[in-house]
Amino acid sequence: MCLGIPGEVIEILPDQPDLAKVDVSGVKRAINIGLLTDDPPVPGDWVLIHVGFALSKIDEQEAKAAMDFLIGIGQAYEDEIAALLESRIDERQ
Amino acid sequence: MRFVDEYRDAEKARALAAKIAALCEPGRHYKFMEVCGGHTHTIYKHGLEDYLPESISLVHGPGCPVCVLPMGRVDDAIALAEQPDVIMTSFGDMMRVPGGRGSFFDSSAAGTDIRMVYSPLDALKVARQNPDKHVIFMAIGMETTTPSTAMTVLRAAAEGIENFSIFCNHVMIVPAIKAILDSPDLRLDGFIGPGHVSTVIGCRPYEYIPAEYGKPIVTAGFEPLDILQSVYMLLQQLADGRCEVENQYSRVVPWNGNTVALRAMAEVMELRPYFEWRGLGFISHSALQVREKYAAFDAERLFKLPGVRVADPKACQCGEVLKGVLKPWECKVFGTACTPETPIGTCMVSSEGACAAYYNFGRFSRQRVQEVSIESSRV
Repeated sequence: MCLGIPGEVIEILPDQPDLAKVDVSGVKRAINIGLLTDDPPVPGDWVLIHVGFALSKIDEQEAKAAMDFLIGIGQAYEDEIAALLESRIDERQ
Repeated sequence: MRFVDEYRDAEKARALAAKIAALCEPGRHYKFMEVCGGHTHTIYKHGLEDYLPESISLVHGPGCPVCVLPMGRVDDAIALAEQPDVIMTSFGDMMRVPGGRGSFFDSSAAGTDIRMVYSPLDALKVARQNPDKHVIFMAIGMETTTPSTAMTVLRAAAEGIENFSIFCNHVMIVPAIKAILDSPDLRLDGFIGPGHVSTVIGCRPYEYIPAEYGKPIVTAGFEPLDILQSVYMLLQQLADGRCEVENQYSRVVPWNGNTVALRAMAEVMELRPYFEWRGLGFISHSALQVREKYAAFDAERLFKLPGVRVADPKACQCGEVLKGVLKPWECKVFGTACTPETPIGTCMVSSEGACAAYYNFGRFSRQRVQEVSIESSRV
């Protein structure tokens, strides 16, 4: 929960513009981008995600470094990805 | 020196290590605290302490939000989960944290409805899907998770959702650092400041550390080189007679933080007069509560809580570990009675807890753990 995980923005959801679909190591899920309204991300940007919210934009090199760090962490990162897999914040019901 | 063998930037690391050694004043011992659990993780995993001169020690701070939650608050959360028609939702990290009456897992096994969620927005979805139940989100964490909770409350208010509330346990890192600086137990020469927390709060909130306490602080990234670089920057400040806030992680941390996140937190939450931190005791103005304006989303206002303070188990020395007074392996139950599978203290529960990191990445082998426990039992 405390881990920031990097994801690449694939698209901004047309019907929910505060949400974006991101790719985290092949897992594609919706996250909230409402904390980046000062500098909104566009498809192709990388963001650092905490508990379903993008907290900052990062460059690709930093995303890779962050991913290396997470993979090194092992179980905690696997738990985080497993939790993300269960997440469906874009479904209204 | 595993680190040098494994790390791809071994050359750069060697060069940095030499520069660090050259900056150390002969005969002086340096003690730096890394505040964030993520840094603790990198330090253990890569064996960075072996890599530094012996005159530098790194001590681990209170930057693991699961670790600092006092047992009484876990009991309060379980009492909430036991209310009729309540669904409790929580991050997975929280599930095994022991309170005085067991953990969320224990409570769930006894029949309460406690569900793991990835995001507070998932908790809000549970509320939408269960209009006949009241859904409570166990809100924990420092400034990396607090904005998400605040944004979720704002969303719930905007949608007019009436069956959702949060049990707010959000804490702030800056007052905890201040408490450590005020504590007579520890003499520190500087701080390696948290990385991701600083993406939210920026670097300004640390300015009191050099100004009022005369200690340098460098916010740092999570790679081994980042941490070595920040140690170098701290030593350079000391050598120059400077004392400032510096930002080693400027590629991610903006000096002023994330202003949208800060606004959302300030809109929904306000300072508590005081809050108990496991191991550190009561620290004034160190945690957040829901503002009156959002009272409808505040589980503490909606339900009556036991609010009983529960003392930590006597054998557990998490408090000393969280203050950096003890190394994890110096705790009497480390690796013997207390393991990640059967944790007694919180520092062993969370993967970012110093004890779990030490145990899992054991520069300290399990065999050595046993030797130490035998040695200490003889004393």
